[in-house]
Formats: sequence, C-alpha cells, structure tokens
Amino acid sequence: MKSLTKPQAISVTKPVSEELPKEKFDELEEFIDNMETTKGALIEILHKAQNIFGYLPRDVQLYIARKLGIPGAEVFGVVSFYSYFTTKPNGKHTISVCMGTACFVRGADKIIERLKEKLEVESNEITEDGLFTLKDVRCVGACGLAPVVMVDDKVFGRVKEEDLDDIIEAYRS
Amino acid sequence: MSKTRTNIMVCGGTGCLASDSEKVAKNLELIIKARGYEEEAKVIQTGCFGFCEQGPIVKIEPDNVFYVRVGPKDAKDIVDEHIVKGRKVERLLYKEPHHNKKIGKQEDMEFYKKQLRIALRNCGLINPEDIYEYIALGGYEALGKALTQMSRDEVVKEVKESGLRGRGGGGFPTGVKWEITKSQESEVKFIICNADEGDPGAFMDRSILEGDPHSVIEAMAIGGYAIGADKGIVYIRAEYPLAISRLKTAIKQSRELGLLGKNIFDSDFSFDIDIKFGAGAFVCGEETALINSCEGKRGEPDFKPPFPAQEGYWGHPTNVNNVETFANIPPIITKGSEWFSSIGTEKSKGTKVFALAGKINNVGLVEVPMGTTLREIIFDIGGGIQGGKKFKAVQTGGPSGGVITEEYLDTPIDYDSLLSIGSMMGSGGMIVMDETDNMVNIAKFYLEFTMDEACGKCAAGRIGTKRLYEILNKITSGKATMADLDALKQLSYMVKGSSLCGLCQTAPNPIISTMKHFWDEYLAFIKDVDHSQGEGEYDGAKNKDNLMLKA
Ligand SMILES: Cc1cc2nc3c(=O)[nH]c(=O)nc-3n(C[C@H](O)[C@H](O)[C@H](O)COP(=O)(O)O)c2cc1C
Ligand code: FES
Repeated sequence: MKSLTKPQAISVTKPVSEELPKEKFDELEEFIDNMETTKGALIEILHKAQNIFGYLPRDVQLYIARKLGIPGAEVFGVVSFYSYFTTKPNGKHTISVCMGTACFVRGADKIIERLKEKLEVESNEITEDGLFTLKDVRCVGACGLAPVVMVDDKVFGRVKEEDLDDIIEAYRS
Repeated sequence: MSKTRTNIMVCGGTGCLASDSEKVAKNLELIIKARGYEEEAKVIQTGCFGFCEQGPIVKIEPDNVFYVRVGPKDAKDIVDEHIVKGRKVERLLYKEPHHNKKIGKQEDMEFYKKQLRIALRNCGLINPEDIYEYIALGGYEALGKALTQMSRDEVVKEVKESGLRGRGGGGFPTGVKWEITKSQESEVKFIICNADEGDPGAFMDRSILEGDPHSVIEAMAIGGYAIGADKGIVYIRAEYPLAISRLKTAIKQSRELGLLGKNIFDSDFSFDIDIKFGAGAFVCGEETALINSCEGKRGEPDFKPPFPAQEGYWGHPTNVNNVETFANIPPIITKGSEWFSSIGTEKSKGTKVFALAGKINNVGLVEVPMGTTLREIIFDIGGGIQGGKKFKAVQTGGPSGGVITEEYLDTPIDYDSLLSIGSMMGSGGMIVMDETDNMVNIAKFYLEFTMDEACGKCAAGRIGTKRLYEILNKITSGKATMADLDALKQLSYMVKGSSLCGLCQTAPNPIISTMKHFWDEYLAFIKDVDHSQGEGEYDGAKNKDNLMLKA
C-alpha cells in the first residue's frame, strides 16, 4: 500500500467549551494520531467522534477538518450526506421506531404518529424536558417481532398503541 | 463439536436476542451448573435459525428437539425435564397452525421441509464466535484446496461453471466478474464484500454475518487469490452492531490461525481483510457509491463505465460481491461446480435466501432452490396469511421491485421469471400483504423511502422522486384528479428513463406495478370519479388503457 501514507500529524487548537470538554478532544486526537493513515478515513473518524461527543456539532467538524488538513465544507458535506451522523445532541433516551417495510405493513406508521402526539415532538426532535429523542429508523433486524420500537438498546416487539404509555413511563423515572 | 454429551443451541441472532434469548442462555447455564450437569450439557449461542416468528429458538442436539418461543422462565423445565430426565417439554414444541400437531424435529416442520440451505448451511448449527466449530464442519477446506491444488484460472473456471449469479440484486454471473477483474493488469487489486443491505425489512446478509462470518472471510480469501488481490474490505452498515462484532472476532481468529495474513497454507498468497462502516445511506449499496464511501467521501454513485472491476477503490481494479454470493463460494469449491449447477433452474443456479416478512404466519429467513414457486414459499414455508385473511400481493426486490399478485404465484422464481412478471429478484426481501393493505399507501411508503435516500446527484432522481411522492400524497389525501394520475404515470417513466443510477431508475417501479395491478385502488381516491356507479365508472376513465398507452 505505497499510495496510502500517513500525512504529518497536525497540531490544532481545540475549541473547548462546557459541552465539549478538553478530554473528549484529547481522546479524538489520540485516535486520529494513532491511525496508520488518515487517507480515506474521514467516515471512520466521524464515527469515532460521534461516539465520543454523542453528536457532531460544528466545532467538532471544524476541528476534524483542520486536523486532517481538509476544507470544513468537505467534512460538513459528508456529515450531512449520511443519516447516521447527527449534528444535534440527543435526549437522555432515544426512542427509535422501526419504519422498515416489515414493520410498516404491521402498523408502524400508527405507532410513530401516536408517539409524536404523546411526546409532542416530530421525528428527530428532542422533548422539552430533554428526556427523549424520537427517531424513525429503517429495519433494526427484528422483523419477526414487527412492529418494533427501540428505547436506547432495548427492543420492544409486537408493540401495540396501548403499550406505548407503559414503555414511556418506564423511562421517565 | 464439543465433548459434552448434549448441546443446547440457543439462537443468538438479532431477532431472538431482542426477545431475551441472551437471558434464556444465561438461565440455562445457571441451572445446568446448579444441577451439576456441566460435564453433560453445554449451552452454545448460535446464529439465526431462520424461524424468527417463533423465537427465541432452542434446539437440543443430538436429540434433535426444537423448542420455540422459549422465555427465560422456561430454562428450568428444559434442564429439569429434558436434560435431567430425558423427557421432551411438550408445551414448548412447535405446533403446526393447520393441523394442531406438535412437532419436535426441525426437518418435519413445514417451515423447513422445502428449504435447502447452502448459504445458510451453518447458521444455527455452530457457534459463530468459535473458529474451530466452523473448521469442524469443513470450514477453510475450500481455501486450502484452492491454494494448494488449484491454479487461479481453475478457481475462476469452477465459479464460472457453477453458474452462480450475484445475490446482491443484479444477478451478474460471479465467475465472469472474477475473470474480468483477474484479467486487469495491475499490481494492486481489491476485493470488497458488500454488506450494506439497504433494503428495509431484509436481513439475509446480516444473518449470514451473524451466524457464519467465517464463510464470508474464507470466500473473500478465495476470491482474492483468484483475481490477484491481497486486500479485502467488508463494507458493513453501522446499524448492525452484532454482525460487526462477530465479524471482528472471526477476522481476529483467522489471523491467529494464519488463515489470514502472510503465506496462507504455506503458499505464496497473502491476504488480509479490513472493515469499513457505512453510515446510513441506502445508495451506498450501489457499488460505485460504496467505493466512494469506502474512500471516506459522500457515497454518491459514478457513471459506469469504467466499472469497478476496471477502476475501483482508489482507482485500482476492484471486485465487489454481495455477502450471500460469497457464502456460496466455499461449497462450490469443495463440492464442485457440477453439484451446484444441478440445483436450480436453467439460468439461475443454486438457492436464494429470502427474508419473509409482513402479513405472514412464519416471518423468518428461508433458503430455497431457485425454481421454487412463490406459492410454496408463502403458503407452505410461510404458513399462509396471518389471521386467516386473504392474500393480496407480495413485493419482492424491495423499493426497486414490484408487487406480484395471486395469478402469478405459481411462477417458479428465478432472476428472469421475476423480471418477466414485473418485479425483480432484488436482494431477497419478500413482503407479503393481505386484503387490508392499501396498495397506494404501500407505493407511497416506498417512494418516501427512495425520496429520502436519493443522493441528490442527478436532477431526475432528486426532483423526480420528490414530485412522485407529492402526487401520491395528494392522491391519498383525496385531493387528486384524473390528471394527477396521468401525471404520476408519465413522471414515473421519466424518472425511470433519465436517472443516473439504479436507485432512482427503479424507484418508480412500485408505482408502476401497483397502478397496473391495483388501478381500482388509485381510482378510489380520485375526487372527480363518480364512485356511486362503482369504482372506475368515470367517463374519461375508460381511458385506463389510454393512460397506460400514453405513459
Ligand atoms: C440503489 C442500489 C442499492 C444496492 N444495494 C445493495 C446492497 O444493499 N447490497 C448488495 O449486495 N448489493 C446492492 N446493490 C448492488 C450492487 O451495486 C452490486 O451490484 C453488488 O454488490 C454486486 O455483488 P453481486 O454481484 O455479488 O450481487 C445495490 C444497487 C443499487 C443500484
Ligand atoms: S422492518 Fe422493522 S425490524 Fe425489520
């Protein structure tokens, strides 16, 4: 792999703030500095960054751009292209409603509408109390249990509209 | 596989894990220990058994007893009754819905009877996190045979003669693709495994990676040898955490045993595999977009030619194959192309895995020989329609495919026959709909998906899918007129003809096929049709055929 060489490690000032503490930037920097090559690694780095910060705010994107020596627009272009990347912080819990085909034909559209009413948010929004983010996702791989709702990593299968209150309540405390 | 007398296989696929199979396994282990039976019985977490509807699945070997819907609380009975006393736990046996008979053996179940498992051969049979179990069932024999007894040309020839065609949707002959990549003059070549599986509601590739990751690793090494690549990449969706972790474990174990790395089987062939993660973009399943994404860029497709086989990853010749395609390779090498090509239809050889879902009794993963009819899959294997309702249609090919109605259910499936009845094989999603589903809504659902997922590079796709969706929305909200239906049809063909890549070229297919088969349901939404005289009695609408012709 002669063509894939590591560019010189660049030292960049970290746009530290209350939400974006220095330790998190340090962790990201160490990850990048330890890569064999950063050529073609932007998506991998963004995955890591989202892992560390929970989301990809502008300052983190700019930091990555400077660190890699590429335009900020290029980073933003990639972040905005992929739905997995989010530029907004999430609520304490993420409620993901599967909108894959298997779940759709078993009534997932009604489930998400009810959740929107109950939580008073739209998809990809965070509730006023900061407790929940509502998301629609595509197939979480448990089609046999359709319709499926996930709260964080926990999967609820064969969900009925009547079950939703109980599910939400369990995470309110 | 292990020295204990009895093995308790607990399904550890994503579906069963979601219904607490992990806890079932833990409880089983605890109780076995408490009863002092550790020497006798061992709990093994396997990949997906396929019968997801009835999960969590527990199978006792070698007794060959198959338990369904096992909850954590049932662990006690399984140990105390089955393991200790040797009596089947009747209440956990599967009951065939039609004749109420309890069935203990997997091979007696309607669900499994007509299946033939090649790609899924090890799923549910081995612990995917233990390379020795894979080896015990003949794993890495094919790689050994290829590297020590076959020339590169012979490997290509074997795959070519097997008649294997790409399982990612296109159906391109795999051997031919390998031959083209092999013939490129280049020192650096790549082999990529496409594990992006974008079709929502399909889970074939994930289940293979979760249940039998080594078969894909072995096949990639064989492919790498054949085409002259020393580097493989698996491009996998970040949304598949379990598949990713099993794949990582498997790669690590292969490296430790020297099955990946330098001079494999003491040959001069070296090969290693990297993993790259997708980030939630359907279009990245398209091979040129996938390569752009591997390079860390926006996953937009490129014009072909040049094909990836000529100019792919970082400009080098690159062979892209689907997960299921790869999973078929090791048996082809060990058992030979003749064996493989004896299965299936004239132009489509071997088997195909389908993710059967929707309004069907037995949701799950099925693998059948090409040439099996849809009726057999839906009614025999799938157990028919849920709740005794009437079958309406089945969608194959996901958002790129079309609906197939009752009259075509006896078509033997293969790549060509499905195309001829207005759908496509696709990657294996199969969604069954019953009489209560409204087909216009289904079309709208798929268009919402493609509209969201269109990458925006070409105008026809970017604007076209949005307009199509808007018209569908207008129709379902009861505000549309006949002119809108006309526009919908015309625009469908326009988008189909002028988009850049397969995503938007096929996006209108669900509309075109539902309009063809369920025109009445479209008409029922139209406000200038006089519904009092029965659906479709609108004077201008005798022109159903006119509209069709115009489009
Ligand atoms: C919009 C679009 C999405 C696709 N998604 C996938 C996918 O998720 N998985 C896959 O294996 N192939 C997908 N393909 C097909 C690939 O472009 C490519 O043909 C395939 O990976 C080749 O492997 P095969 O010959 O083994 O099928 C997609 C194609 C298009 C146009
Ligand atoms: S479609 Fe919802 S889990 Fe697969």
